[in-house]
Amino acid sequence: MNVITNNKWIGQRTIRPDGVDKVTGRAAFAADTTMPGMIWGKILRSPHPHARIKSIDTSKALALPGVKAVVTARDIVDFPVDKSVMLGIQDMRWMCRNVMAREKALFPGHPVAAVAATTEAIAAKACELIEVDYEVLPWAIEIDDALKADAPILHEFNKFEGKPSNIAGKLEVKKGDIAQGFKEAEVVIERTFTTRPVHQGYIEPHACLISVAADNKTTIWSSSQGQFMVRAMTSYLTGIPQSDIRAIPAEIGGGFGGKTIVYLEPLATLLAKKSGRPVKMVMTREEVMRATGPTSGSKSTVKIGAKKDGTIVAAQGTFYLQAGALPGSPIRGAVGCSFSPYDIPNVLSVGYDVLSNRSKVAAYRAPGAPIGAFAVECVMDELASALKMDPLELRLKNAARQGTKAAHGPVFPRIGYVETLEAAKAHPHYAAPLGKLQGRGVASGFWFNAGGESSAQVNITEDGNVVVTTGHPDIGGSRAAIANVCAELLGIDYRRVSVLIGDTATVGFSNLTGGSRVLFASAMVVTQSTEKVITTLRERAAKIWEIDPEAVKWENGAAHPASPNAGQFEPLTLAELAAKAPQMGGPIGAGVQLNTEGAEGGFGTHICDVEVDVELGIVRVIRYTAVQDVGRAVHPGYVEGQMQGGVAQGIGWALNEEYIYNRDGKVDNPGFLDYRMPVCSDLPMLDTVMVQVPNPKHPQGVKGVGEVPLVPVMAAVANAVHNALGKRFYSLPMSPPKVLATLEAEG
Amino acid sequence: MTDIRYLSPSTLDEAVSAFAAAGSAARILAGGTDLLVQMRAGSVRPGLIVDIKKISEMTAIEETADGGFRVGAAVPGAVLAEHPRFGKVWPGVLEAVNLIGSTQVQGRASAGGNLCNSSPAADSVPAMIAAGAIVTVAGPNGRREMPVEAVPAGPGRTHLKPGEILVSFTLPPRPPGSGDAYLRMIPRTEMDIAVVGCGVSLTLKGGVCTTARVGLGAVAPTVLLVEAAAKALVGSKLDDAALSAAASACSAACRPIDDKRGTIAYRTKIAGVLLKRTAAIAAQRAGGN
Amino acid sequence: MAKLHVSTTINGEPMEFLCEPNDTMLDALRGPLGLTGSKEGCASGDCGACSILLDDRLVCSCLMLSAEAQGHEIRTIEGMAHGEKLHPLQQKFLEMAALQCGICTSGMLVASDALLKKNPQPSEEEVRFWLAGNLCRCTGYDKIVRAVLETAQDMREARN
Repeated sequence: MNVITNNKWIGQRTIRPDGVDKVTGRAAFAADTTMPGMIWGKILRSPHPHARIKSIDTSKALALPGVKAVVTARDIVDFPVDKSVMLGIQDMRWMCRNVMAREKALFPGHPVAAVAATTEAIAAKACELIEVDYEVLPWAIEIDDALKADAPILHEFNKFEGKPSNIAGKLEVKKGDIAQGFKEAEVVIERTFTTRPVHQGYIEPHACLISVAADNKTTIWSSSQGQFMVRAMTSYLTGIPQSDIRAIPAEIGGGFGGKTIVYLEPLATLLAKKSGRPVKMVMTREEVMRATGPTSGSKSTVKIGAKKDGTIVAAQGTFYLQAGALPGSPIRGAVGCSFSPYDIPNVLSVGYDVLSNRSKVAAYRAPGAPIGAFAVECVMDELASALKMDPLELRLKNAARQGTKAAHGPVFPRIGYVETLEAAKAHPHYAAPLGKLQGRGVASGFWFNAGGESSAQVNITEDGNVVVTTGHPDIGGSRAAIANVCAELLGIDYRRVSVLIGDTATVGFSNLTGGSRVLFASAMVVTQSTEKVITTLRERAAKIWEIDPEAVKWENGAAHPASPNAGQFEPLTLAELAAKAPQMGGPIGAGVQLNTEGAEGGFGTHICDVEVDVELGIVRVIRYTAVQDVGRAVHPGYVEGQMQGGVAQGIGWALNEEYIYNRDGKVDNPGFLDYRMPVCSDLPMLDTVMVQVPNPKHPQGVKGVGEVPLVPVMAAVANAVHNALGKRFYSLPMSPPKVLATLEAEG
Repeated sequence: MTDIRYLSPSTLDEAVSAFAAAGSAARILAGGTDLLVQMRAGSVRPGLIVDIKKISEMTAIEETADGGFRVGAAVPGAVLAEHPRFGKVWPGVLEAVNLIGSTQVQGRASAGGNLCNSSPAADSVPAMIAAGAIVTVAGPNGRREMPVEAVPAGPGRTHLKPGEILVSFTLPPRPPGSGDAYLRMIPRTEMDIAVVGCGVSLTLKGGVCTTARVGLGAVAPTVLLVEAAAKALVGSKLDDAALSAAASACSAACRPIDDKRGTIAYRTKIAGVLLKRTAAIAAQRAGGN
Repeated sequence: MAKLHVSTTINGEPMEFLCEPNDTMLDALRGPLGLTGSKEGCASGDCGACSILLDDRLVCSCLMLSAEAQGHEIRTIEGMAHGEKLHPLQQKFLEMAALQCGICTSGMLVASDALLKKNPQPSEEEVRFWLAGNLCRCTGYDKIVRAVLETAQDMREARN
């Protein structure tokens, strides 16, 4: 293992390789590209929350001058419901029904048909001309409604305990003997919590531009969290072989998990194939809000029992998560992550995947984990109060450490959770005085993190510089961190390293930008590739010097003769070796493709201060400190950025973000005006403390950092509100009408 | 290709005749911050857009001979904020106009558009009502004046007659000891539509409130002039009892709805809270004059 | 109806384009003018990603008809750097990691530039309220606000 000390570039706040393009407006995002002959695609969407599609007549649309193609579910490859076909965590049975309603329209906004025409206006007009005969069905939006005995069933084929049901799945993790554990408990707290679905809120709407030649050779230009996912899903849903599809990753304007599945690409591909013209599709913000994402709404019951000395002996959680209209809510994150910060002998954690007539959920930053943590960390706060313990002390007493067996399975290696608690406790924020109607809360969080497939190619250019190509869309500065890693290993200035994101034809398979895996996995393959390059460079120098390659060392960007030849030859720099490459064996470069392993889970502990306007019910976050074990901060600026971004999203989730439904079962706030994400003036500075406990299984010590920072936030805010008001909020968001109503109801 | 026409006349007469001739499909464009959103959403499909910003009267800010102000209907909030005197005399009206949308929206949105869009939650309207502003409208039959509170007819509807265009707001001169203020409740700190908005203008003499006007937004189909609240303030020293009475009058005047922005109970309750806070700021300003 | 012909000035250069009467300035910039640095995040004036300067005043180009550009001066993100030399705000955003995905960055920079021209010494609160119409979902705004404040200080010092 190449453990680097005395780093020159790792840990530096270098300028990102794609930075100048992004501050000058040059960077090409998905909607920024055009092609000659390009036409426009638009989607006709269901106005109904639940309706059987009896027929679709597209003849009038097709007759409209300018219309070049129409597609419906008939054009999409059908995956019968009785046989699962998995791609990663996505089941193509559900994906084919999500991109285009098949038997039934399952939520308002569900695509029913798509049109391509010479202008956007004609395409929109053509959508109006498509006649759909719907049989409108009763619908259920909320969990409780979907679980009623007489609830409308979304999918008759879906059975739970032998009967048609809206429960699409159950996941259970167990450790020890839960009944015995609670018998031993002297203090038990049990509470029920609800959270609302929240959208990932990326500012860039989904967009793509696709060309299909007569021989099916397909070029996809789109914004996603994985060009290989786009290729594979488009292939599955259109029947075009993956080898005929080239998916080019545009710059991505935010994803947060929401761009780990396709919406537009299969439709645009089929429209392009039918019309013979490149097709561009761009969602409106309203379409994004109605038909993409969000993460689940939830209903959770958490029960924790402890001895009087604060030792937790048993913990139980039941988590109902909304899947939306097709199965697949992130119960694994809720069930698996919620109790992981603690060493608890007896755990039972159960999750249910609940169908309802709203858009199918997509991943959102530590999917499921923030929902579980909101419940668990609020109960921990109550438990600390009941035990008259400091909440950080209670966590320290029960903290997971090296050797702790988590309920979801793994035995933790060296982890930094305790360090986050100690850093939080020692932070001046934790002891700072509070004013009137102000309160402070703490909470912790865990996320699995992920490894998986990653590929890289490191090539030395003829002029002695470096081009690194990886396969993960750069969503928050990963190219900068990769440049740091490569420059460090080669001992050259980071500005000599170009980092590019390859398309599916130019770089090896690389899994999604997701699971907090990008730098963990790509630094691993870039390290191995660069080490191969260095081996080649040493061999070349050895050849020139006519000595044994083992007697050549690589330092500061040059080959040096090592003892016993030290000092006999002048060092050969990277540029010199590159110049001699044609004569000395040819191009210098190396690629590595790996299924990376060893991504260890991440922990964070947050401190939040709020101030409450008790007359108006407004909660404002006035100070926030996020402490996280980040493994190794290869580029501290972007690590802090991940932490701050996660916190801001969590504050939105806690206070104001929610989908508001009208009586017709439609979202009433499908835009940024009334879907209230935090704006700049809503937030204070977001302080970060990076605890660095390097991951022993990674060459640079990298751990995933992107998802953990969302996990603790809602509980930290709720605990702070309790500290300010003496009232507990068990339901998110803590919006002004709700806060005021609670204050008044309880006097 | 669309069948929309765009005109940007340089005189009011041209604007009125084009606007009147085009009938109900015509829309006036000032800042466009409502109109373009409505067009994009498909809720408005105008046949004619009349851009009034080239008409000098529409974009002028003048101090009247008696010490009042005349503000053109299309003056953007950011321009009004840069006027050397307006904000000193009518700080409440200015802060209300400057709460319409973001900095970007401020660069375009006007009090005239805010009034004619006729949202019950329009920020500038309660303050204009409190200020006792009079609007001038011009139509095929000439000019007429009406109090601001007489303009809105309901959400999205005004009492302007066919072909009439809002030209300007006239704000009266301020006696010594006067102050005004506007506060709104929004869930965030910016970028939201008012859940309740409250404008108060008052005059104090020897610590006693001699005149007062209260405008209340987002609690009824139109922005309200709450005379009962004003009555509770006049004659008092704005003591707790008077403020509570005025607050109760505001809550009593509320005829709100439950919607995505607030509940009936919440709006009714905070209307009173806002009245107290707004009156306190107006009084402080009056005391400073 | 025929398209409208518009003559305007964009980033100091005289420009002409054709548009439909209901096209927005953002449509014109991203379409016929080929200036895709201004982004469409909402098309309703709620995200600020399409921010431009119209006669030096900050506006959302999605809330302006392109026909209104006739005879006016427009500045976009593409005109912010002087040739190869980045504007101090652009440089500071890079140095301080004040962008992650970059989709809001054009609008943030145009809006921040407008602020510093109007108020060379803004407080944190003034920066936050000025930028409230520019949504960023990645950064939590912390590094953006710090970058604007630091640039303001650098620019003041450079002038003195």
